[in-house]
Amino acid sequence: MTAEAGETVGLAPANPGVIDSAEPSANPLRDPRDRRIPRVAGPCVLVMFGVTGDLARKKLMPAVYDLANRGLLPPGFSLVGYARRDWADEDFAQLTYESVKEHARTPFRENVWEQLSEGVRFVQGDFDDDAAFDRLAQTVRLLDAERGTGGNYAFYLSIPPKFFPVVVQQLKRSGLSSPTWERARAPWRRVVIEKPFGHDLASARELNATLDGVFPPESVFRIDHYLGKETVQNILALRFANEMYEPIWNRSYIDHVQITMAEDIGIGGRAGYYDGIGAARDVIQNHLLQLLALTAMEEPVAFDADSLRTEKQKVLSAVRLPADLSLGTARGQYAAGWQGGIPVPGYLQEDGIPADSRTETYAALRLGVDTRRWAGVPFYLRAGKRLPRRMTEIAMMFQRAPHLPFAATDTKELGQNALVIRIQPDEGITVRFGSKVPGTAMEVRDVNMDFAYGESFTESSPEAYERLLLDVLIGDPPLFPRQQEVELGWRILDPVENFWAEHTKPEQYAAGSAGPPSADAMMARDGRAWRRL
Amino acid sequence: MTIDLTNTSTGAIHDALTQVRRRMGGPASGMVLTLIIVTNEEAQYDAVRAAAHAGREHPSRVLAVIPRKPRAESRLDAEIRVGETGPGETILLRLYGPLAQHADSVVAPLLAPDVPVVTWWPDEVSASPVTAALGAVAQRRVTDAASNDLPRDMLVRLAEAYRPGDTDLSWTRATPWRSLLAATLDQPHPALLTGQVAAEAANPTADLIAAWLRLRLGVPVTRTDSAGPGITSVSFETQDGEIMLCRPDGRTATLSWPGRPDRRVALHRRDIADLIAEELRRLEPDELYGETLRELARDVEPVGAADPAGTVA
Repeated sequence: MTAEAGETVGLAPANPGVIDSAEPSANPLRDPRDRRIPRVAGPCVLVMFGVTGDLARKKLMPAVYDLANRGLLPPGFSLVGYARRDWADEDFAQLTYESVKEHARTPFRENVWEQLSEGVRFVQGDFDDDAAFDRLAQTVRLLDAERGTGGNYAFYLSIPPKFFPVVVQQLKRSGLSSPTWERARAPWRRVVIEKPFGHDLASARELNATLDGVFPPESVFRIDHYLGKETVQNILALRFANEMYEPIWNRSYIDHVQITMAEDIGIGGRAGYYDGIGAARDVIQNHLLQLLALTAMEEPVAFDADSLRTEKQKVLSAVRLPADLSLGTARGQYAAGWQGGIPVPGYLQEDGIPADSRTETYAALRLGVDTRRWAGVPFYLRAGKRLPRRMTEIAMMFQRAPHLPFAATDTKELGQNALVIRIQPDEGITVRFGSKVPGTAMEVRDVNMDFAYGESFTESSPEAYERLLLDVLIGDPPLFPRQQEVELGWRILDPVENFWAEHTKPEQYAAGSAGPPSADAMMARDGRAWRRL
Repeated sequence: MTIDLTNTSTGAIHDALTQVRRRMGGPASGMVLTLIIVTNEEAQYDAVRAAAHAGREHPSRVLAVIPRKPRAESRLDAEIRVGETGPGETILLRLYGPLAQHADSVVAPLLAPDVPVVTWWPDEVSASPVTAALGAVAQRRVTDAASNDLPRDMLVRLAEAYRPGDTDLSWTRATPWRSLLAATLDQPHPALLTGQVAAEAANPTADLIAAWLRLRLGVPVTRTDSAGPGITSVSFETQDGEIMLCRPDGRTATLSWPGRPDRRVALHRRDIADLIAEELRRLEPDELYGETLRELARDVEPVGAADPAGTVA
């Protein structure tokens, strides 16, 4: 047995740079039947660019702490911040401390923080500063020596995409991006980027080309935080772990599908980013099309990255736009109004927005999916800001029963059956069906059967970023979209954006209302209506 | 909302629950299991609190079964708590007199339909959980060897009586250590020659970890006593020197590895609510626990008694 344990020594991944997951098979302490032991990241350094941003402070750093608190980070794990501020390690540690205290999901434990803060470093510099990147390289190598992080680095680019080229080039120039082989084993490099992945097909390709020369495609992790949500992953469980739904998950039973992402907030401080981008590029191209893909795709042969991606790409490549874009799309811009009892300014009055801006804050599309399963079933996508409430859901609307053996007056109140997957907030699943109203008369009315996702009211349900960050550090890619999915998304959206740019001006809708009238008209033409927000 | 029912019946409890549910608009939907806690008046407070806490992750119906005055006349008192500490329902059942011997007849009509049943004995349990009262209805039976004065003996007894679905909180307590040990050995490492687990004398978790390492690694692993708190170190002898995980303060562990810098990692002891929550996360039999328990029992068996080879010779 001792000899056998000896053989596991020095097992190296076949390829440098290829994601080497934790190699569990070689470790006698790992057993697939052992469901208690979680996946733990191997020794590594997380280098974060853009540490002073909102995302870093509110989501990323708390997620790092929560992972540490749950025992999912390796001994010696280190976090390096890079920014322009003139800070010492302690200042960055202080910022991290504050954001952890304020935003962490799990209880604050002094010893966890102490141990984590020992590995916190800060490097000050601009993105085009050669000397600063050399200092960064020195810092991480020092961490390897001091804290045994094994030369494994993940670079999190929480910065505007226009800085990607220069940062990526700096990583290359300073040698940070290329691992050095050691005893037949190359440490890994991973780079994490956030949306937007370009603003059209051409720019998405350009962005990819920037990364491609430096990091191999499998080491690029594109974060779509929607895919880290428990409920989104639950779509796959609902569809493919059950027998009840799949037989009716097709054109024979489904009338249409509505995918909605409504926000009650305006653009807030994101004027600089949002103007010129708009709702469709901001969320439809990525989040909503990912939801559509998961809803409409065929069953993957396995729950691994490649099989999932294959199915998602297949269905995304089968998505068709309406023949007449003026009839099958709608866009709007919120005007001043009352939202939730508070008077709010219109989009054009927001700080930093030009008075003639044609950026849409509401977008709706009717898409078709040209497959045997979905032929003739429209998928309606809508996303908007300053709507009555915050809500993301996928609603499968069923056809009406072919025949009702009741008097017409008995079923007046009966609508279409629906299966609604609520993504946020209040994650869960609702099934709507007709039920007899108690009493002597036969009267059928819609009722809801509700499942609040068991995990949703628990403190221990991990945040999407926690899950995704851990997946990056472990090197587990199923939940990250690849370049091809991004490009397919733009292929779908680009013609719409071009049409809009040439032919339409966004229609004004009052803040706090359910969107522009043209969106309702779009549904009405098909004899349908949006679900109430 | 709390409802007290004195000298009642399961039917009346049922009615009360239905009424509460109507009044509150159906808070009981989405319950994932029934958790039976077999306890006593003294220990019920902590156990029920832990279960309520775990209920945030696993909305469940908690039935705390509390025997009272054995010489009194048979009587059932119930205390129903709904919507106070989180989702789910908690029912404290106080069983007076001979009724305590027939707790299963009280519990059976109160099990939430269609969902699994877990029975938890926070303190004492007869040697065989599956045959103990209220053990038979459960698909998962949770004991706690640490509640016993002689935890190792209790583990041995549990090993003899083991049936798939049994589990013990001292095994649950081992998870963070096991996780860290597995992560440590994910790294390329020199061949392990022997191992050692040091902990307080009466620490069933350390006994289980030693047995687990022995079983999985196939090398001798000894169990030594230390002053605590809890488990203080796990170490492996290798040809290059010692790989050691040391946790002297019960909070932060240090990993030392020959030729590498020491690395620290938080490794705290968890409270009972966390343990129960972990236990309820998976309801299929824990085969690894069974195997580890057998390995432990095999090892502590007195040499003379368990040496059939000797008797043949």
